[in-house]
Amino acid sequence: MNSHKQGFPRFQPVAEHALLVELGDTIDASINAQVRRLDAALSAAPFPGFTEAVPAYASLLVGFDPLVSDHDLVETAMTALLREPATLRPKGEPREVLVCYEGEFAPDLDAVAAATGLTREAVIAAHLAGDYSVFMYGFAPGYAYLAGVPEAIRLPRKPAPVRGIAAGSVLIAGPQCLVTTLIMPTGWHIIGRSPTQILREETGRPFLFEIGDDVRFRRIDRASFDAAAKLSARRSA
Amino acid sequence: MASAVIDIVQAGPLVTVQDGGRPRLMRYGVPASGPMDRGSFAIANAALGNADGAAGIEVSVGGLALECMEGSVTIALAGGGFRVTLGGHEHPSWIVAELKAGMRLTIRPGLWGSWTYLAFAGRLDAKPWLGSASTHGPSGFGGGRLMAGQRITIADAERRPARIGELDCPVSARPRHTVKVVLGPQDRFFAPETIETLLSQPFTLTDAYDRMGVRLAGPSLRPDAVLDMPSEPIARGSIQVSGDGVPAVLLADHQTTGGYPKIATIISGHLDGFAQLRSRAQVAFSAMSPQAAVEATRTRRLSQARFLARLRGD
Repeated sequence: MNSHKQGFPRFQPVAEHALLVELGDTIDASINAQVRRLDAALSAAPFPGFTEAVPAYASLLVGFDPLVSDHDLVETAMTALLREPATLRPKGEPREVLVCYEGEFAPDLDAVAAATGLTREAVIAAHLAGDYSVFMYGFAPGYAYLAGVPEAIRLPRKPAPVRGIAAGSVLIAGPQCLVTTLIMPTGWHIIGRSPTQILREETGRPFLFEIGDDVRFRRIDRASFDAAAKLSARRSA
Repeated sequence: MASAVIDIVQAGPLVTVQDGGRPRLMRYGVPASGPMDRGSFAIANAALGNADGAAGIEVSVGGLALECMEGSVTIALAGGGFRVTLGGHEHPSWIVAELKAGMRLTIRPGLWGSWTYLAFAGRLDAKPWLGSASTHGPSGFGGGRLMAGQRITIADAERRPARIGELDCPVSARPRHTVKVVLGPQDRFFAPETIETLLSQPFTLTDAYDRMGVRLAGPSLRPDAVLDMPSEPIARGSIQVSGDGVPAVLLADHQTTGGYPKIATIISGHLDGFAQLRSRAQVAFSAMSPQAAVEATRTRRLSQARFLARLRGD
């Protein structure tokens, strides 16, 4: 199979049940839009034996049933779909995510301010001003990777992850922002906490975002956070 | 129909409810979960004539002890070589038997294997999440981890006396010390000598082994290129290598994306046998072409389907 150093699309076999279609090797809005167009085209016209597609920043994992298809057939099908990319559904209203930047919810806010030469308030303002959209879900259930962190507060991740970070933590690293849904280790910078539930146990709509959705953060104070958190706890009980 | 009521007397870590899993949700960060050894789990259900993927209990080397408090139900055990006692008597570890009120069942690690499956002729009452009772380890969503003191109910519990007896453990259910892989999808990050190391040197499973995956010890597989790739999707069976050259095999509850390169992926037909290896066991990897892997899977799935149909009595 193809394995050129340069040149996209690149098709990489994954065991006997998937093909990884790589459309680039950077985090970039236009490459991610290509991934989403290919994903939409595939879901509108799945090939025989298609099982599931997993979009990421710059690649799409395409699963197939080896009783029905193989890597070469899938590569041919994907090459044809790349020639006729789907148009993306029009964007709806941005999804709103509440965030409280106070006290113990924002253990890294001072360090981010120091590293960027901004005040705490300026870091918060920059974060709120970001133009976010969901590039992918990854890692763990409901972990939506938002691209769009403003240049002024882009920082590399910490050298080592910190364990036991609470669910709902608002994290930034480089151009990415993430609201955690589980207690997990992270090497990203923790600048706030959100009571907005992205992953819910309810069956109707278990995930708040679809890939491609725009997202806007809205600042709340501690009292509003506590009220919102109590409300969502009651809803999931 | 009657229910059987069962009290958990003791449950080690990683003893969880599993069913056929929740496929097709990786795009939301949700792995399929389901049994670590899918073949043995299918045998336990087929031996009872159950539907494919009926919910049962996955037992780790931490073991399980339970007592039937009310009712009776036919059970099946398959997977690994565990030590089983039922009603005070030693039993073979692959068996269909009757569990009656007042009887205690204990499952302890035996000579080999990491996982065994307990299936019921009835419906294990477990909390579903996203359409499946499989437990997702990191969140605990789904049927969940079993704990001492917990009470579980088998609804519509049946006795199926005609099915009682010892089960054959097929060769395919044994631990597999030589595992086939397809190279990639990110083998380009590694020097040819490093790929050669992966395919020629033995590796050892460490104690860092849970349902998400297992870290391996052995020669370093340090990536050649500077690691600068955006996170890519991950499949079950991926051999992911961290920046310092340590490989890990990602299993049932794996993370769905990752920024470390995946040097190779274990073919799905060899994942059950790999998962039955214990910590400190040795494993060697050998490569096959993607097309050979597809053909091997076609052959295996056909013979597996025949085996299960015979067991079910279709």
